[in-house]
Amino acid sequence: MKFGVIVFPGSNCDHDCYHAAKHVFGHEASYVWHKETELKGLDCVIVPGGFSYGDYLRAGAVAKNSPVMEEVVRFASGGGLVIGICNGFQVLTEAGLLPGALMKNRDLKFICEDITLRVENDSSPFTSCYEEGEVVSMPIANADGNYYADQETLKMIEGEGRVAFRYSTPAGLITPEANPNGSVGNIAGVFNKEKNVLGLMPHPERAIEPELGPTGGLGVFESIIDIIS
Amino acid sequence: MKAKVHVTLRSGVLDPQGKAVHGSLSRAGYDFIKDIRIGKEIAIEMDDLPREEAEAKLTEICEKLLANTVMENFTIEIE
Repeated sequence: MKFGVIVFPGSNCDHDCYHAAKHVFGHEASYVWHKETELKGLDCVIVPGGFSYGDYLRAGAVAKNSPVMEEVVRFASGGGLVIGICNGFQVLTEAGLLPGALMKNRDLKFICEDITLRVENDSSPFTSCYEEGEVVSMPIANADGNYYADQETLKMIEGEGRVAFRYSTPAGLITPEANPNGSVGNIAGVFNKEKNVLGLMPHPERAIEPELGPTGGLGVFESIIDIIS
Repeated sequence: MKAKVHVTLRSGVLDPQGKAVHGSLSRAGYDFIKDIRIGKEIAIEMDDLPREEAEAKLTEICEKLLANTVMENFTIEIE
């Protein structure tokens, strides 16, 4: 299968995503510069982390008006798999592909640490290789990871099973202490209605090689590869 | 013509920056302050347009880029 990794000025996790797809999982991967207007032959689009356009104005705000984003929206509308990681999640909410918004972390700090997440829904193209309720570890690295949605939106997301991951204790409990950044409902990742778009703040692409730490991100890539192959 | 756009967090949305500034002032003894919320001001210089058209265009760019209406409100002030 073929992954495409979108590159904005200021993206800095694009190489990690490319490395994951190509070298760790042995699939085809290519970079897609943000000025491109075609997404030909791709099975999955990765919108990577970083600081697109320096996060000026708001994280992800300027990137959403990049030429390639129109094509990403079209790709997603046609059922294509799109995953936004960290800044990529922010870009996808700004672009309207995912509900809610990412705000400044509760404690105003950039947080870079391994955290634990509970898998909330294992029936999606991104989570089918996990078990519902499974606790996995991945790193977070962000200053604007505080997920916000108003009550009505939240009710819809919860009702439609659109929460992919929640910050939890290692035992899988959803507590305020396990919430690193103030995200509403401890939400770390959400799907669109059709579940072919996922956005998450933790970095699955940095959690796939045991030499480097936790491997909780393996399931995300395995699930994508499983459904496409 | 000139315009100013003010972008603020919607009421009910936690403003950690405002809270930190409020906390700092409280610790310094300024205990008359009840709440602080921080927003941005965006100063715009633009072509002269009829007022109504200017308002419509500015509203459009606020919705498209300057504010994220999921969490922010905006007001437009044409000078």
